[in-house]
Amino acid sequence: MAFKEYRLGAAMVGGALGLSMTITIFMPSFDLRSAVSTKMALEKQLSAGFDIGFGYADPLLLGINRPITVDLETDPKTGAKLDPPVRAYVYKAGVPMPPNIRHPHDLGKGVQDLSESQGQISTVSGSNHSKGSQEGVVFTLALGEFNGEELTYIENASVTKGWTPDATLAAAGDKNTHLISKGKTEFVVQGCWWCHTLLPEQTQDWQAFGAPPYLGDFNGENPTAFGSDRKAPDILHVASRNSSREWMMMHFFNPRLVQVNSIMPRFDYLWGDKDAQGNTIDFDKWRAEYKEYSEGKRTYPPEVPDYAPDSEIRALIDWVLSLK
Amino acid sequence: MLFKYLSAKNEDIPPGSAAIFFGFSAIFWFVVGTGLGSFNAAKLAFPDFVTGTELFAFGHMRQVHVLAVIVGWISMAFAMTMMYMTPALGNTRMWSEKLGLWTALLWNVGLSSALLSLWIGITSGREYSDFAWPFDLVILLGVIAPLCVNVIMTIAHRRTQGIYITNWFFGACTFMVGIVLLVGNSPEYFHLTGLSEAYLTWWNAHNLLGLWITPVAAAIAYYTIPKLTGNPLYSHRIGHMHFWSIVVFYSTPASHHLMSSPLPEWLKSFASVEGVLILIPAVAFVANILLTMKGKWSMFVENIEIKFSVTGVFLAIPLNMQGGFQQTRSINWFIHGTGWIVAHAHLALLGMSTFLEIAAVYFGLQQMLKRKLYSLALANFHYWFVLIGFCTYWISMTIAGLIQGAGKIYEVPYIDVVIAEHPYMIARWVGGTMVFTGNLVWLYNMWMTARVGTLVPDGRYAHELAYER
Ligand code: HEC
Ligand code: HEM
Repeated sequence: MAFKEYRLGAAMVGGALGLSMTITIFMPSFDLRSAVSTKMALEKQLSAGFDIGFGYADPLLLGINRPITVDLETDPKTGAKLDPPVRAYVYKAGVPMPPNIRHPHDLGKGVQDLSESQGQISTVSGSNHSKGSQEGVVFTLALGEFNGEELTYIENASVTKGWTPDATLAAAGDKNTHLISKGKTEFVVQGCWWCHTLLPEQTQDWQAFGAPPYLGDFNGENPTAFGSDRKAPDILHVASRNSSREWMMMHFFNPRLVQVNSIMPRFDYLWGDKDAQGNTIDFDKWRAEYKEYSEGKRTYPPEVPDYAPDSEIRALIDWVLSLK
Repeated sequence: MLFKYLSAKNEDIPPGSAAIFFGFSAIFWFVVGTGLGSFNAAKLAFPDFVTGTELFAFGHMRQVHVLAVIVGWISMAFAMTMMYMTPALGNTRMWSEKLGLWTALLWNVGLSSALLSLWIGITSGREYSDFAWPFDLVILLGVIAPLCVNVIMTIAHRRTQGIYITNWFFGACTFMVGIVLLVGNSPEYFHLTGLSEAYLTWWNAHNLLGLWITPVAAAIAYYTIPKLTGNPLYSHRIGHMHFWSIVVFYSTPASHHLMSSPLPEWLKSFASVEGVLILIPAVAFVANILLTMKGKWSMFVENIEIKFSVTGVFLAIPLNMQGGFQQTRSINWFIHGTGWIVAHAHLALLGMSTFLEIAAVYFGLQQMLKRKLYSLALANFHYWFVLIGFCTYWISMTIAGLIQGAGKIYEVPYIDVVIAEHPYMIARWVGGTMVFTGNLVWLYNMWMTARVGTLVPDGRYAHELAYER
């Protein structure tokens, strides 16, 4: 067969691309797979649940079919007092499981072993990746020892303590319920990450924005949504600097209420139509009054309406305040 | 007008139909995309501009702009050039003009629905692959795959001996971008999580730029410059060096987008070094093209396509100097996450790549329509508005980025940085709006060309005729 330059060429393109992919994808996969989940990763994974992006369980990204995080002061089964309060992650029936329940290997050495042997995570009944379990599950975090090392692992409290989703939610009450997963969905959908990063840099930066993350801090998170473009402060640890719900409320309704020079957009539309008392929110009136205020015709800005417990802004603030 | 060919027999479709369809679609998306860009820029300069509605919030619009310009304008302009350059270089016709027309139709429909769904908030939350995965599949299987088959089959059925460098790029890049989309979106298909997800997101983004946008733009210049000047390419060998070093070096430094994340240190160091090696293809390309211009520099003033092309090549020089060095650790820690990167992104896409494509679309549409450009004055207006608008954008965002970088390392309270950036945000908005205005004029000019442009006689090139207006 005659020499054909394009045959050789095509083979060489394939070879070059293959080599490049071996180095940039295959080789790093060993490093990445050996990452051991830290406590931060487990908290993020359990509170956020399965993929935040588009999926069957929540195709329109409305924050439905998502886990709920609660702080328990009493035991949902026995009614005994819990001191200090215990954080539990409630997956109602049909809510997709967090990724590493299906793929425990990604929890990393030690955490996987403890979660399986002590935490009983392999017993999640009828669990299915995207459909969730039939009766629902409640997870908690626990401390254990593996080869002399202290590690945090996942516990299936439905099995170890007999906590059911409904009893757990009832025991916590609305005040101690945090819609963190729905809030992270809002973060992704509203595009906060085009301005805010979730990645303090490994430079001096961390003195203002908190510790840069470690290798195991992301296991089980999807999407990580680090953000590439920082037009605003990093918010990975924002709740450690500022945990005031009041401030967040005013800041989201109109950032210029608390920071006149801010370029952050108003997120007043996340309040929905009704306020906490069920009254219709009159946005036009609010804006007109705010305009008078900004022109110096009023001494005080108009009051920011209280948000309804099922509003999107409530979930978003719950999520922001979970970023310790 | 072109729709009647969708069901015609392949032989009955006039050559160039697919190129024309793609060409006008590309210009349309260019207008839409830059309009969105200018809207976003206004929001960053004046946060209370159009406020209080979810759909017009910055966070809903930004990714629509980015994907409209990348998948709509840039990639469709690429497809347009492939539809006329590949057969011309093989002395044949397109393998299937009909498949080309269908690809263009599906591309427009798929992209519109993908952008609409992204706009209302259905997203994967992964930058540059923001579309929900069903749309990723549509783009991969319905758009890139048929384009790749069409291009490679046309090259295989060529009636020339060798394969010219442009076609090497076209064939390889349409194939490689398919692989990139397949692997890069795997976190969505297979629910990968954590750093693997983050890394693959940027692997995908990097290689979209490195194995698709920059090399194909360069390949276009390898065609337009020799064709228009009549000079042969200075060196086909240097062209091949460019091609091979792109495949080898440009496909590797993906992790330089995540230098401040806890990825393995060896990977980051590797990316740093490989990134500098990008200078090899870069210098090869720029030198090769500028040497081809020898003796024809008057065309840089007189000929609109050469004006755009050569400006694009000039813009490749600062682009590659930035690109080569900004991922070294010592520089990256200063500029990472700042407006500098936004400026660099626009230098690559709106500067180098877009200028080269505009030239090729001007040239190709006149050639395929067999009509001379309607108005040189409007084309010059277009050139200067895009150039001045772009430079305003680029310079203002670069300065803003340096301010942000300084604010970052000296730990200035963040709000002071926001205040300091404000004038540059306004400048960027003004510059971007100029680009948008220029493009509107271009769309009009091209439309009038199609309708009333002077007919080009057979066997003649449009640029050989004198302008009548
Ligand atoms: C256009 C860019 C932009 C967008 C989009 C944006 N922000 Fe901001 N944000 C800022 C800027 C600038 C600041 C700093 C000034 C201020 O306090 O308002 C800020 C401040 C904050 C702060 C206080 C940070 C601190 O260090 O105290 C929080 C919390 C916050 N934003 C959350 C969000 C959330 C949640 C979203 C999405 C719903 C969002 N932001 C969307 C620009 C933005
Ligand atoms: C009218 C002209 C344009 C304007 C006003 C404009 C404006 C913008 C704005 C405001 C952003 C967001 C940047 C940020 O987050 O700080 C952006 C991002 C982007 N634009 Fe444009 N743009 C224009 C033209 C283009 C063109 C022609 C292209 C490509 C062909 C392009 C590609 C991009 C890309 C890739 C990004 C993402 C940058 C990043 O991730 O940092 N833009 N643009």
